[in-house]
Amino acid sequence: MAEHYKPVKYKQWELTLEERFQEYHPPLTDREAVLEANRCLYCHDAPCMVACPTHIDIPTFIKKIATENTKGSARTILQANLLGATCSRVCPVEELCEGACVLEHEHKPIIIGRLQRYAMDYAASKKLKFFHPGKPNGYKVAVVGTGPAGLSCAGELAKLGFDVTCYEKKEMAGGLDTYGIVVFREPVEVSLSEVRMIQDMGVKIKTNTTIGVDVTMEELIENNDAVFVGVGLGSVPDMSIPGETLPGVVDGLEFIEETKVRKLNEITFGQRVVIIGAGNTGIDCATIARRLGSERVTIVYRRSEAEMPAYHFEYQFALGEGVTFMFMIQPVEVVGEGKVEGLKCVRMDLGEPDQSGRRRPVRASGAEEFVLPCDMVIKAIGQKKHTEMFSKLAEHGVKTTSNGYIAVDFETNRTDNPKVYAGGDCIRSKGEASTVSAVQDGKIAAAAIHQQLTGTPSPNEKHIEPVLSPVMK
Amino acid sequence: MANLEIDFCGIKSPNPFWLASAPPSNSAYQVQKAFEQGWGGAVWKTIGAPVLNVCNRYGTIDYKGSKIIGLNNVELISDRPIELNLREIAEVKRNFPNHAVIVSVMVESSKEAWQDIVRRTEETGADGFELNFGCPHGMSERGMGSAMGQVPEYTCMVTEWVMEVATKPVIVKLTPNITDIVQPARAAVRGKASALSLINTINSIMGVDLDSFELKPNVGGKGGHGGYAGPAVKPIALHLLSAIASDPEIQRSRVPISGIGGIETWRDCVEFMLLGATSVQICTAVMHWGFRIVEDMIDGMSNWMDDKGFKTVYDFIGASLPRISTFGDFDLGFQTVARINPDKCIHCNLCYIACNDAAHQCIDLRSGKLNGDMSAMLHPVVREQDCVGCALCASVCPVDDCISMVEIDSGRPHITWNDLTKKRPEVLNWDQMEEYREEAKIHIH
Ligand SMILES: Cc1cc2nc3c(=O)[nH]c(=O)nc-3n(C[C@H](O)[C@H](O)[C@H](O)COP(=O)(O)OP(=O)(O)OC[C@H]3O[C@@H](n4cnc5c(N)ncnc54)[C@H](O)[C@@H]3O)c2cc1C
Ligand SMILES: Cc1cc2nc3c(=O)[nH]c(=O)nc-3n(C[C@H](O)[C@H](O)[C@H](O)COP(=O)(O)O)c2cc1C
Ligand code: SF4
Repeated sequence: MAEHYKPVKYKQWELTLEERFQEYHPPLTDREAVLEANRCLYCHDAPCMVACPTHIDIPTFIKKIATENTKGSARTILQANLLGATCSRVCPVEELCEGACVLEHEHKPIIIGRLQRYAMDYAASKKLKFFHPGKPNGYKVAVVGTGPAGLSCAGELAKLGFDVTCYEKKEMAGGLDTYGIVVFREPVEVSLSEVRMIQDMGVKIKTNTTIGVDVTMEELIENNDAVFVGVGLGSVPDMSIPGETLPGVVDGLEFIEETKVRKLNEITFGQRVVIIGAGNTGIDCATIARRLGSERVTIVYRRSEAEMPAYHFEYQFALGEGVTFMFMIQPVEVVGEGKVEGLKCVRMDLGEPDQSGRRRPVRASGAEEFVLPCDMVIKAIGQKKHTEMFSKLAEHGVKTTSNGYIAVDFETNRTDNPKVYAGGDCIRSKGEASTVSAVQDGKIAAAAIHQQLTGTPSPNEKHIEPVLSPVMK
Repeated sequence: MANLEIDFCGIKSPNPFWLASAPPSNSAYQVQKAFEQGWGGAVWKTIGAPVLNVCNRYGTIDYKGSKIIGLNNVELISDRPIELNLREIAEVKRNFPNHAVIVSVMVESSKEAWQDIVRRTEETGADGFELNFGCPHGMSERGMGSAMGQVPEYTCMVTEWVMEVATKPVIVKLTPNITDIVQPARAAVRGKASALSLINTINSIMGVDLDSFELKPNVGGKGGHGGYAGPAVKPIALHLLSAIASDPEIQRSRVPISGIGGIETWRDCVEFMLLGATSVQICTAVMHWGFRIVEDMIDGMSNWMDDKGFKTVYDFIGASLPRISTFGDFDLGFQTVARINPDKCIHCNLCYIACNDAAHQCIDLRSGKLNGDMSAMLHPVVREQDCVGCALCASVCPVDDCISMVEIDSGRPHITWNDLTKKRPEVLNWDQMEEYREEAKIHIH
């Protein structure tokens, strides 16, 4: 664990609202970056590089920072990962590159994520452009969704000379990077400038365009040589408990989205907030609520600390932010007269393991129901799948997995319809969903589309091993 | 991308980055691997007289956790059979016709031996020779290597022998273990050398073990001087390079120079080239990190050239040479003083102690309480009227751009020492010097 990660100022109450939503880690200064870069051992066949799902040549980009060839460093990163700026901020580096760094045994892995951000910030501040549209090869590809999977696929294809159009249902492109990552981890501008970079590479992006509504799937498949589906997942599902529709019960993703697109002082938040679910979304909602000014924020989770899906560093972060956790608690009803006044819960025990291997929570024998007083309930219990779109795709021969994700061949990310490819959260039937694996999915599909249509391997071949998520390793 | 190609006295190379004659250029396997990774040329590990090597050939110096800031060796020239070396050189040249393949040679001091090795080597198709007059250990005791390079007459004589038979360019590699590098350099040029390279390794003993009293490196209980190389020698190499590159006689001959000694990054390469090197050679850095470092050398140098608007390396080779001067020609009226930026100061006070103990006691530690706007911590303030502008404080300051040396108009006359002593030779006496200082407003306490 990177224990040398430290926030700059830490007395929240001394900070203004705006300051509390600034990027949590300050940028590295030139000297810090060069000193840190010089600490890197420049391992041969480095484990960090293997651990990175996009296989960025980490020792090389770090050595270039050490030699003050920061431009070359940025290019090295972007060659393997067009969304290097987002990834440097949102990646769970403790679980990936930094967790694999050989210096981890001294508890001081190289702070790879922050060095990457240093190089990416440099490229952005100098407005450096590294890639140009490839020589047109006459093939047309449609990309559905402009999250990291869609953007990465589109960008890689544009480099290879494809004519690429992206369709995005939202007003702005970028998927969850734009709408879902808490601002103090990634400002919206970082994601939008990545979108601009992809556009500069020749990719057309049609926002406010929903496939299945504004344009049909038939048309897309008909009018293109290949279609890449990167629609991610949808909103938070219903909990099917009484009181769920009371004003004051909100969808966690919408709550996060507000902080990305609205003025901070216009956002409504409760004074006593209860969040249901202890995944990373739950943690994000909790820390946002605290930073907005909520007095008491409690996360309730029906299993124990050990089964909690949030990353350890996220958990630590939330504890530091003053968030309370209540484990082995199941909500059974939202109570209140015309608005939320409390969450009725019951204590749970852990029974036999279920399909996911985690022990199944069961109502503790003789446990009585009790009410947690609160004025806001935030649901953060996962995301729905785009089942409507998936059934449309099924008409075109695209199959789904037993747990409802789009089924693909992981070597190519091709579905059972040879014209349709998919990647990102909508195919992540097992393992951890993350931005960086979505980026790799896009790259794999782009390489496979290139191979399939032109008959020649993609020149970016060396970076395209399938995603092995940390859970599967 | 910028054009990195060079033409080094007729030897063409896709870039200026060459392996120095040393372990990394020992075999066809290595040199071809290096070429595949981007190296533009290689000077083959020296071939020639028969040798036997010893164990524990290398000793290194680490500095505060940084490995190998210097490396010394008691290795000899190639101990592989000469036929094998020649066969492999021919193979490499066949496979890489556009890369520079240069063969370093060293034999006993006889005309027959030198001319024989040159003739045999030419049959390989190699692009040129490098005469190893620099090896400071083992070979020198046998009258070769630096034993040649330290005597300008010998350097000239052997170069002439070689030039009589060589049809390919000949580079003379100089030893730094000499008082005035210009003498052997001129001797080589008199002997009609096509080019010069420098530096070879520097005589050194790396250290002594405090428990066993053995030397480093330890060869079976004994040790002795070996050749020093690596990052620590770079400033010495830069000086020796600039000394010959700015020598009028060498300049008139127009021989190109290959710079060697302590190069590790593209930045080092640029510095050598700004001081007149057309190509650069690298050994220790490759021994430390492998051939792959060349990728950033190419990338870093091209990015830098693009930024500067340089199209080819010839746009900047030697660009700093006109600035090489001597003390007597420096401007005595140029004055700087240290300024500390209080907003950046982290109150380590390293500048204070350095100035107080080792310079001119012109930094005061003031308490912030007095003027109210600073924290209660003591903070360093320069008394500018007493600052002599030595720059020690700025050098020890650990914060970037916190202490800057600012040029001020001192009102002193802009005159050089040479002009002053010509116009007023009397200042060579202390009394008259005092008078002059009074008049020129130079106050040293
Ligand atoms: C709250 C939260 C926090 C997260 N934090 C992190 C983190 O810190 N680090 C990390 O690595 N990962 C994090 N993740 C996961 C990460 O954001 C996702 O794995 C990643 O964004 C998946 O990328 P994607 O391209 O598959 O989908 P998305 O980013 O979801 O993008 C899908 C896009 O498709 C569009 N779309 C959907 N349907 C249609 C349609 N019919 N027509 C047109 N467009 C459509 C959507 O509007 C969206 O823009 C987080 C996720 C959440 C929910
Ligand atoms: C182990 C070792 C062996 C060397 N052998 C030779 C040699 O055979 N011929 C030669 O001309 N120089 C030889 N050198 C000197 C190098 O070519 C080079 O001039 C010197 O190491 C300085 O460059 P560097 O600082 O990049 O290492 C050797 C150097 C080392 C470290
Ligand atoms: S594992 Fe750590 S030390 Fe090794 S190359 Fe990667 S960042 Fe550097």
